[in-house]
Amino acid sequence: MAIETIRELLAGAFPDGAVEVVDRTGGDDHFHVTVESSTFHGLSLVEQHRLVNRALSAPLADGTIHELRITTKGRP
Amino acid sequence: MTLREQIQHVIDDEPVAVFIKGTPERPLCGNSMRALQALRNAGAPITAVDVLPDPQIRQELSALSDWPTIPQVFVKGELLGGADITEELFASGELGRKLDDALGPEREQVVKTVAVG
Repeated sequence: MAIETIRELLAGAFPDGAVEVVDRTGGDDHFHVTVESSTFHGLSLVEQHRLVNRALSAPLADGTIHELRITTKGRP
Repeated sequence: MTLREQIQHVIDDEPVAVFIKGTPERPLCGNSMRALQALRNAGAPITAVDVLPDPQIRQELSALSDWPTIPQVFVKGELLGGADITEELFASGELGRKLDDALGPEREQVVKTVAVG
């Protein structure tokens, strides 16, 4: 299941983070990920999303993720 | 001019460049539609590039922006983000302020499409 892979990749990239992954369509390829982590503190939204995209670069590149929505939240 | 140079020119020369699937009149992807809607609501001029005619466009764009997904929104040559960020910045009012700073408050809201490749 792609959703499990995504959860593991995000948990690995943001060890202190709270990660939520939602399969938006039930097809296991449209996801909305929400990551709350202190890593984002002080970073612009573009930089925050870059970190998430980077963590998911493999499933993004091979088409496992067809569509990705990202919400990031910083922690002080 | 190479394809990558053409893409770079659009990014550098247009006040607000947005790379989408489809056209502003007929977006072919929900996220492209969301980004366009947020830009329209913020009163942004829009110069759209459709990435669908040639897969190379998307490859070259992502290589130079280091951003893997479509849409991609640039304001004055700088990557603003994709649909989520554009929506988030519109909702918080920051998009309007950024556009005011970059383009002035009395900007013309022209929508156009340019082709690359």
